Amino acid sequence: MGFHIVVCAGIVPDPLQTLEPITGPQGPALKNEMMLPAVLDPWAKHALFEAAHLAAKTPDSKVWLVSMAPKTKLQQVMMSIAQKASFELVALDGPASGFTDSQAVAEALAAAINAISGLDRKRLLVFGGWESASRGAGATLQIVGERLGIVEQFQGVDELSVTASGSLRILERVEGGMHQISHCDGPPAVLGWATGSLPEPPNNPQVGMANMRTLMPALQKATAAGVAVDGKSFTSVEVPKQRRDTRIVKDASTDDIAREIMEWIKG
Amino acid sequence: MDTVLYLAHTQSDETLSKGALEALTAAKELTAQLGSANLVVAILGGDVQTAADSVADCGASKFLGVSGEAFAQSRYATDAAAIEALCRTAQPAIVLCGSSSRFNRVLPGVASRLGGCADLHATEVKADGGSTSITRWYYRQRIRAAQVRDKRPWFVALETGSDAPWITAGGKAAVESVPVALPESSLRTTVEGLQKPPGQTQTIRPDADLLYVAGAGWTKKQADGEAHIQDAESIILDFLGKTQASLGGSKSLVDISGTGQAVLSFMTHLNQIGQTGAIPRHPKGLSTCCHGEEPHAVGWRFIHERRAINLDANCGWAHGKADVLYVADAFEVMRKVNALLEKS
Ligand SMILES: Cc1cc2nc3c(=O)[nH]c(=O)nc-3n(C[C@H](O)[C@H](O)[C@H](O)COP(=O)(O)OP(=O)(O)OC[C@H]3O[C@@H](n4cnc5c(N)ncnc54)[C@H](O)[C@@H]3O)c2cc1C
Repeated sequence: MGFHIVVCAGIVPDPLQTLEPITGPQGPALKNEMMLPAVLDPWAKHALFEAAHLAAKTPDSKVWLVSMAPKTKLQQVMMSIAQKASFELVALDGPASGFTDSQAVAEALAAAINAISGLDRKRLLVFGGWESASRGAGATLQIVGERLGIVEQFQGVDELSVTASGSLRILERVEGGMHQISHCDGPPAVLGWATGSLPEPPNNPQVGMANMRTLMPALQKATAAGVAVDGKSFTSVEVPKQRRDTRIVKDASTDDIAREIMEWIKG
Repeated sequence: MDTVLYLAHTQSDETLSKGALEALTAAKELTAQLGSANLVVAILGGDVQTAADSVADCGASKFLGVSGEAFAQSRYATDAAAIEALCRTAQPAIVLCGSSSRFNRVLPGVASRLGGCADLHATEVKADGGSTSITRWYYRQRIRAAQVRDKRPWFVALETGSDAPWITAGGKAAVESVPVALPESSLRTTVEGLQKPPGQTQTIRPDADLLYVAGAGWTKKQADGEAHIQDAESIILDFLGKTQASLGGSKSLVDISGTGQAVLSFMTHLNQIGQTGAIPRHPKGLSTCCHGEEPHAVGWRFIHERRAINLDANCGWAHGKADVLYVADAFEVMRKVNALLEKS
C-alpha cells in the first residue's frame, strides 16, 4: 500500500535579497514584501523532492503540496516548482510573513489537510522543512502533527527508508554532526526535513504539464486563511549593525600571516 | 506566584549538557527578575538522580523527575507525555530549557497541547517590571526581534552560548517522581542509536573554540593551473587534528562534495554554514578560500572574532564582516600554521 504524503511548504524571499523590517498594519513586516522575488522555502523544498521520490518508487502513492502565501506569490513560485515534482496543490491565500505565529499557521495548515478529500490517515506522512527560512521557528510541523493527532514525529530528517515490512527507518540530525536512527512501525508520521540526500531535479516539462491541470484550479479556489495574532507582540524588530571595521593585511609574508593567525588562535 | 520551570533531559551518561546548565543560569536570573516567582526543576531521562544532584543547590523549591527506560530515549511520543505530565504537576508560567535536538523536536507540540506557546532558538530571556520577554532572530539570523507573549505556559528554548553554565558542587536533591501514563501506541517508535556520517571523520564540534570554514576555493585551479584537492584535504585535516576546531563549509563546497566527485571526502551537508545550513556558536572563526555572499555570511552571526584568508583583496564577505582579511594563498598560509602548531 502506498503513502499519502502531504508536504507543507511556505514561500520565502529569495535569500540574496536585502531585507528591511517595517511596521505594517498587522505588526512587523518586510519593506516591499510583495515585490521581493520569492522561492519555495528551501528545507521544505527538499521535503517536496523527497516526497516525490518516495511516491514515485512506492506504487499507489500520492503527494499533495499544502502552501499558504498571498495568492499572487504562490502562483509565481508554483510555476517553477511544478516543473520539478508531481503533486496536487492545496493553496491557502494568507500571509507568508515570518512574523506570523507558527500556532496560527499550523492551525490553518491542519484544517486544510483535514479537508483534503480522499486522504487516507492510515497512510499519511506529513512532510515539511524542519525550519522555515522566514520564521525559523521550527515549530509549525509539530503543531500540525498535534492537531492531526500524530505523535510519531521526527525533525531534522536527512533520510527515510521503508523496510520490507513497511516500517520506517529515519535518520534525524542531532548534536555534533551525528544522526539518530529511529524505527517507526509505519504511518501516520510527521517528518521535518533538513537537506535530505537528493539533488534538485531538473525541470521536466511533462511533469509541469501534468501539474498544471490541477494547479490553476487550486489557485483559483484558494480561500483566504484567517491567521490570528495569537497573543504575540513585538517590542523591537531590527537589522543589527553588521559592519565591522575590517583590517586588510596585504603584502605581508605568509610566515608573518601564519604567525599572527597562530597567536590569535592560541590567545 | 508564577512558577518558572527549568526543564532538562539527561545525556547518555546521565549528566546535564553544557547548554542545559547555561539555561539554568538563565532560569535563576529570570526567577530573580520576576521577584516573587518560584523556581522548580524538572528533569527527564533514564535515571535523573545524578543530574538532579548536580544542581541540587540551585535554589529550586522543588525537583520533579520522570525516569525509566522509555524516557532514556529521545522520542516524540514519550517525551511529549513526560513533559506534559511535568507541566500539569508544576503549573508553570514559563518553561525554560537549553536548546537541544530532543527538546526542539517536542516542545512546540507539547506547548500546543497545553494551550500554551513555544519559542525555540531564543538568544535571551529576561523580565522587566514583571513582564517576560525574549529575543530571537527571524529570516535566518538577519532580523532580530524582542517579543512578549500572553499565552501560558510559555516554553522557551535558549540557544547554547547565551549564558554561562551554572556549575557548582551540587548536593543531594529530593526528586519527586511524576507518574506518566504511556499508552502502548506511544511506543510505535524505537531508537536504534546514533550514527556518524558514513565513512566520515568527526569534524563537527559544537563546543570548539574555533570554527574553521573552508570554501570552494580549496577545490579550484590554483596559480599553476591545477586543482590540489589531496593537498587541501591533508592541510585541512591536519589543522583540525591539531586545533580540534569545528569544520564548516560553504554551500558551494558541500554541494560539490555531494556530487560524488573526489573532493574533500569528509565534507557533508552537515558542515554547511549559512542560511540553508548551520548557524553555530564559537568564540572565533577562520574562513579560508571562501567568498561567502549574504546567504553564507548569516551563518557567522554568532561567531565573535572573525578572520579570513582569501587571494582576493576585494572578497565581498570579508569586507565589513570579518575583523581581519589576510590577502594570501590559504594553501601556503595554512601549511605554515600547521608547521607552527606542530612545533608549539
Ligand atoms: C537559496 C540560496 C541559499 C544559499 N545558502 C547558502 C548557505 O547556507 N551557505 C553558503 O555558504 N552559501 C549559500 N548560498 C550560496 C552563496 O550565495 C555563495 O554562492 C557561496 O557561499 C559561495 O561559496 P564559496 O565562497 O565557497 O565559493 P566561491 O564563490 O567559488 O569562492 C571561492 C573563493 O576562494 C578563493 N580562493 C581560491 N583559491 C584560493 C587560495 N589558494 N587561497 C585563498 N583563497 C582562495 C577565491 O578568491 C574565492 O573568493 C546560497 C545561495 C542561494 C541562492
